[in-house]
Amino acid sequence: MRETFPVTINGATRQIARGTTVAVAMLLAEQPCRLSVSGEPRGALCGMGICFECRAVVNGIPHRRTCQILCEQDMTVETNR
Amino acid sequence: MKPFDILIVGAGIVGSAVARECALIGWRVGVIEGGTPAGGATAAGMGHVVVMDDSPAQLALTAFSRSLWQRDSGKLPKSVEYETCGTIWVAADDEEMVEVHARREVYEEAGVETRVLTAAALANKEPNLRRGLAGGLLVPGDGVVYPPAAAAFYLAEARRLGAEFFQARAMSASQGQVLLSDGVSLVADRIVLAVGTECDLLPSLPIQKRKGHLVITDRYPGFLHHQLVELGYLKSAHKIADDSVAFNIQPRQTGQLLLGSSRQYGNEGPEAEPEMLRRMIDRAKQYMPGLENLSVLRVWTGFRAATFDKLPLIGPAAGLSEDRSLWLAAGFEGLGITNAPGAARLLVDAMLGRKSAIDAEPYLPARLMEPARLAHA
Repeated sequence: MRETFPVTINGATRQIARGTTVAVAMLLAEQPCRLSVSGEPRGALCGMGICFECRAVVNGIPHRRTCQILCEQDMTVETNR
Repeated sequence: MKPFDILIVGAGIVGSAVARECALIGWRVGVIEGGTPAGGATAAGMGHVVVMDDSPAQLALTAFSRSLWQRDSGKLPKSVEYETCGTIWVAADDEEMVEVHARREVYEEAGVETRVLTAAALANKEPNLRRGLAGGLLVPGDGVVYPPAAAAFYLAEARRLGAEFFQARAMSASQGQVLLSDGVSLVADRIVLAVGTECDLLPSLPIQKRKGHLVITDRYPGFLHHQLVELGYLKSAHKIADDSVAFNIQPRQTGQLLLGSSRQYGNEGPEAEPEMLRRMIDRAKQYMPGLENLSVLRVWTGFRAATFDKLPLIGPAAGLSEDRSLWLAAGFEGLGITNAPGAARLLVDAMLGRKSAIDAEPYLPARLMEPARLAHA
């Protein structure tokens, strides 16, 4: 069993396995990474840091590419609005 | 082919505004554009609709034009992103606060509403400005538009009213005849050159290219609420010899921040220059340190169409050309977006012999004929 730790996504805390990217954690939590200009939910597309669709607010910093960031203990992640 | 009442060369914001104005009075209008409509000087503009007081004539034209924007605001489609966010002229120190009070009086005399902001009021309105600034002058009626969409709106209005659009390059324009690159020849009573910085059709046009850089960030809603311009802007904008930068930042409806500004003469290369961008961003960070942490999406450059006396050329080309069919609407430098509707009105007034809302004489091209230019040099 892999080690897990708590990560808070849009206010709800869940256990995430070490080695999980933030983009995947958001997918598991069924939360959009960001909202488009017209308010549509968006999530990871390319998964390799090119398309910028997976940007979210990570530890208070907006527009982070979540597919390029690994989850860390007690991280907070929010949908980028 | 039946002659046109007017042919307009250039479908930037100025040419398109003129086209709409002429279509509104029932004229048969042709608009000629060789490139992307609004892809030249218009695309280089921030879209700041601003009353500027650097000369009485500029103040009169910008105030008149802004009133036309305000009157049109209900008709503008959403794509134009018209927003009355107001301008704050930011004063860094007490010396600049003296300037704030002086400008307030000038604006007041012209009937333009302003409010002096103390240091605390400024910090309250724009919390991301650094502490220790002296205050500012709020001009609440100023606004912001998205220039290419505004130009497209004017052009669409003109076409809805019957104007014809020709996607071709004008190879020559004289004596009421315009020859297009696709071989078509058009005839009209009047030709208007609304050509931005492209002077090939009339090489005597006293217009110089003045390069600028722009930077746009990702979306940060709530970071900025007004267009902010450092009060030193006029000083730097008026320097002719040196490259200069000034803090000038604009909130877009999307939450993006549009950051200017740089001014360069004598550099006609379109490439973005890291050194100018660095100077521009450093200047901005002196006012808004929080910009450090924001992401930039794109940078680009463009050219303003500058004249020797900082005023546009609106009216008959007399003095610059013997050709009595030629009219000009050009040379707006950094104020083409603001002044497009006012210029269109003045031009059509002059063509009809109608009295204008403001005195059109300061903008007549004849003032910049050769002897006058030498006197300016």
